[in-house]
Amino acid sequence: MTASPAVTSEPTLRWFEWAPVRGVWRREMVLYQRYWASTSFASLVEPTIYLLAFGFGFGAVIGAAYGYDYRDFVSTGVVATSVLFISAFGAMFGTFIRRTFQHTYDAVLAAPVDVHELVTAEASWLAAKAGVYGCAPMIVGMAFGLPPGPGMLLVPFIGFLTGLAFALFGIWVSAIVPTINTFDYIISGVLAPMFLVAGTFFPVDQLPSWAAGVARLNPLYHCVELVRDAVFAKLGLHDLIHVGALLLFAALMWILAVWKMTARLID
Amino acid sequence: MATLHARSRDTLAPDPALSAISIRGVVKRYGDVTAVDGLDLEVPHGICLGLLGPNGAGKSTTMRLLTAQSRADKGEITVLGHSLPGASKRARAAMGVVPQQDNLDEELTARQNLEVFAHLYRVPKDDRAAAVGRALAVAQLVDRADTKTGNLSGGMRRRLLIARGLVHRPRLVLLDEPTVGLDPQVRQELWSLVAALRSEGVTTLMSTHYIEEAERLADECALMSHGKVVARGTPADLIAEHAGTHVDEHYGPPERLSEVEELAKNAGLPTRRTGPSVSVLAAERQPESLRQELGPANVRRAASLEDVFVVLTGESVE
Repeated sequence: MTASPAVTSEPTLRWFEWAPVRGVWRREMVLYQRYWASTSFASLVEPTIYLLAFGFGFGAVIGAAYGYDYRDFVSTGVVATSVLFISAFGAMFGTFIRRTFQHTYDAVLAAPVDVHELVTAEASWLAAKAGVYGCAPMIVGMAFGLPPGPGMLLVPFIGFLTGLAFALFGIWVSAIVPTINTFDYIISGVLAPMFLVAGTFFPVDQLPSWAAGVARLNPLYHCVELVRDAVFAKLGLHDLIHVGALLLFAALMWILAVWKMTARLID
Repeated sequence: MATLHARSRDTLAPDPALSAISIRGVVKRYGDVTAVDGLDLEVPHGICLGLLGPNGAGKSTTMRLLTAQSRADKGEITVLGHSLPGASKRARAAMGVVPQQDNLDEELTARQNLEVFAHLYRVPKDDRAAAVGRALAVAQLVDRADTKTGNLSGGMRRRLLIARGLVHRPRLVLLDEPTVGLDPQVRQELWSLVAALRSEGVTTLMSTHYIEEAERLADECALMSHGKVVARGTPADLIAEHAGTHVDEHYGPPERLSEVEELAKNAGLPTRRTGPSVSVLAAERQPESLRQELGPANVRRAASLEDVFVVLTGESVE
């Protein structure tokens, strides 16, 4: 048995490197290959239930509403819900467990990886997953009659951007809560209102004016608007505001996530 | 005059370029607790330095300081010529870390764990498969390469941890309590691994509180107590300086043990409690009068590094 002699030359290392992203993605790909069936099942069944319950339940009563068939309205709205759940829940629980119970990040940060790279790597994987699986409600909706259109090809990218922002939100939250049980407050007090008041199941215009104003500050609202405009071929310059809002939210969450994760991981 | 003094200090101070690790006057506090208290430590290239000390002496904090996962409140740290924390990323790229705590990814196989870290350590794509294969061979885990880490035994996991720290062929390896809690057989296996590293010129800093481990593997030992190094040297030199060549063990009831301690202390000889006995260190230096007063020792044995450890770091655990 021999150990490895020291022979490598030192690589040039920049402030931000893609190697940590590739490393984290490698790990996640392995896990995904193992668990893709259950992940896919959950991603398809949940929106199907939403569509059956809201689309066909309420849809049978409401029929056409807000200028759309209500089933189509819900199936596009639920895209944002799926993106939110995949990214925010994945980040909150995943990063908390890896940091606190598994101490995975202690090992990663002993390698030439900085916290901002680690945060970006984790968030980008969840964003990609949210971008892919966020399309599931739309595909289920198509099976129930949602007319296909070229704008649908933009939905994975909208899901990616929204997922990136909410994954970063989840990482930030995971770094500020004292225990894993504290997530109950975040889920019930922040995420549930967020997904209900985002234009998912009814337009925010239906709300009292003050509540509608608040709803427009909800990042998920901008995702819902973008998805509907893409799917129903209504994209215009006004959508740049939605993209800008999501970019701003993602940037703010990146700063907060890196700040608080650094405080947790570097003493 | 002040300039002269400064120059003179600089001349006397070790040159960080000549050391793999240079720690000067480092202080690290956690609230009211001072974990590292003015630590000075130089680790020359190519040696295995054993960092000995009881729990709470500051060994693990020192290890974290070297990876910049802890930031010093005061002092300077240089690793492989890179000043920390500013250039810590480059330092981390050139060193391997084997943590005390098993933080392997249980969901992944042994091979997959190594592949992930081959990415993180920037092993070039063309070399990655060979690097992983080599690390598996080092850890003697070729046959278990595709076993999930959660299904490996404690010894295999520990070997995998070491392999993970070696996958990029580092110039410096930090081993934080590498064999803590392992069976003697497994410890022997890991010692062989560390010995192989040393023989191949990899600089190794190994924290441990197993005296035998340090005696067998380390070229030099630094004894830490209360956050600073209290003694430094080869195991043989430390034993000779602080415990002499022979130790006399005297058994008896508590009153007798206290009496032996008192007599030895008055004669300027260090003692330590060894269970139901008192050991008088450097027994070869005891004057004839003391020998007469103490009477014949129940056991005469060679002095050990453990004697030095206890004498210098205290009898009780804080």
